[in-house]
Amino acid sequence: MSIIVNHVTYRYNAGTAMENTALNDVNIKINDSEFIGLIGHTGSGKSTLVQHLNGLIKPTEGGIYVDGADIWDEGYDLKKLRGEVGLVFQYPEHQLFETDVFTDVCFGPKNLGLSEKEIQLRAYEALKMVGIEDDYFYQSPFDLSGGQKRRVAIAGVLAMKPKVLVLDEPTAGLDPKGRDELLDKLSSIRKETGCTIVLVSHSMEDVANYADRIVVMDKGTVVYDDTPRNVFKHYKELKEMGLGVPQITETMYALKEAGFNVSTDIITIEEAVKEILGC
Amino acid sequence: MLKDITLGQYYPQESVIHRLDPRVKLFGTFLFIISLFINDNFIGYIASVLFLTTVIILSKVPFSFMVRGMKAIVLLLLFSVVLNLFMTEGEVLVSFWKLTITKEGLYTAIFMALRLSFLIIGSSIMTLTTTPNHLTDGLEKSLGFLKVIRVPVHEISMMMSIALRFIPILMEETDKIMRAQMARGADFESKNLIKRIKSLIPLLVPLFVSAFRRANDLAMAMEARCYKGGEGRTKMKPLKYQGIDRVSYLIILLYFASIIAIRVIV
Repeated sequence: MSIIVNHVTYRYNAGTAMENTALNDVNIKINDSEFIGLIGHTGSGKSTLVQHLNGLIKPTEGGIYVDGADIWDEGYDLKKLRGEVGLVFQYPEHQLFETDVFTDVCFGPKNLGLSEKEIQLRAYEALKMVGIEDDYFYQSPFDLSGGQKRRVAIAGVLAMKPKVLVLDEPTAGLDPKGRDELLDKLSSIRKETGCTIVLVSHSMEDVANYADRIVVMDKGTVVYDDTPRNVFKHYKELKEMGLGVPQITETMYALKEAGFNVSTDIITIEEAVKEILGC
Repeated sequence: MLKDITLGQYYPQESVIHRLDPRVKLFGTFLFIISLFINDNFIGYIASVLFLTTVIILSKVPFSFMVRGMKAIVLLLLFSVVLNLFMTEGEVLVSFWKLTITKEGLYTAIFMALRLSFLIIGSSIMTLTTTPNHLTDGLEKSLGFLKVIRVPVHEISMMMSIALRFIPILMEETDKIMRAQMARGADFESKNLIKRIKSLIPLLVPLFVSAFRRANDLAMAMEARCYKGGEGRTKMKPLKYQGIDRVSYLIILLYFASIIAIRVIV
């Protein structure tokens, strides 16, 4: 499933005194089974952009094409699209509402109009995928810990079996352990299901290790759209945007500056070890 | 959809009306509303229209913005017009089937419609040009005399300003939860009434949970800063009358006097 964002501009409160351009002529192509990291500062328009992908927001100008069809064409089935492009909002645990975890996860597939059996099967699979044990299935979602709640909420979207999974800052507010667990889970989900993942974040560390491609946004425009390695070559520009590069890349730059003859083209700790021991 | 509700919203702008002391605006709105009920003929309404238009022009708030606020009361307006139109007895103008429109009915219907719309526009000018903080400040000061009879004026106005402050937050939250549930396939636009009511559960439960969470957080934050109510509390920006405020008081009183005069004379 490919999504094309074609010259999309979006203005909040268009035509009033509070008008605010959140996206300015954005072009992105999301290919099948890619892992894309969408990075930007707070207010750079990343959250606005991802809500365009499943038709929650209508672009002021430009269009969104999914598998070649304009999603804002008359008669396009937006509900079906929302099942195919699963969007996990920021702090998704705030959307939990059912009396128990299992029923909550069933909400998504139920809305797709599946059979009762299929709904339960999907909910079960999704909960297993995010690593929620059976013991929790019939507890109130409000009694869980923060990290568990978030995983349940993500399961709620996964249960719809989306072909594209979009996560808006899924690691915000989680401790380092919870963050690593979640990102590992996402990586394994992608291997299992072969779905496309778009991970929105402002942490370079998060995306450097997982994404195949990084899209950097600043003030509503796409600044870079390339492999992590190529994007992190713009060390200085990223710093100016207040984003920076992964700590290990930063360390390599510092080493180089201190006079050591090392390459700065490094994004993971393994590579850094090799480079330092090798020279 | 939620953004259409302009009633009680603030519209940032640089204007004379925006700069006025909130007490003046409160007083003005109060007298304006009374004047609408004193009016019993169209000449009085002409004076009201003049007054209102002047204020609207001075406030620099687009008129379309105020009309949008009227959407909320269209149903109420229609209801009162229809009732008045058909239920008033008197000289028959038109009559068809079982319905009759009388001269008196037409007259009161137009009157009620005017009165209601002026009421809404008049009070929305106040909220559009005054920040909620200013408004409650003004209210607290204006009602200060009630402290004598042990009415907790400060506490009440504090509650009001918190409530007002929470409106946009909760609206935003509603919007967010709505979209989050729509992303999970929820349908909020179903034509089926029962389905539609049922679809509110996934919206209302998270909304209430978050409202309680926010209220709790706010209470904690206030406690942490040793908030203890109005006694001995000073203001960072105490309200002070300027020359323009006095002139405005005079204009408001003049307007009110003329309304009374029109009523008495005509």
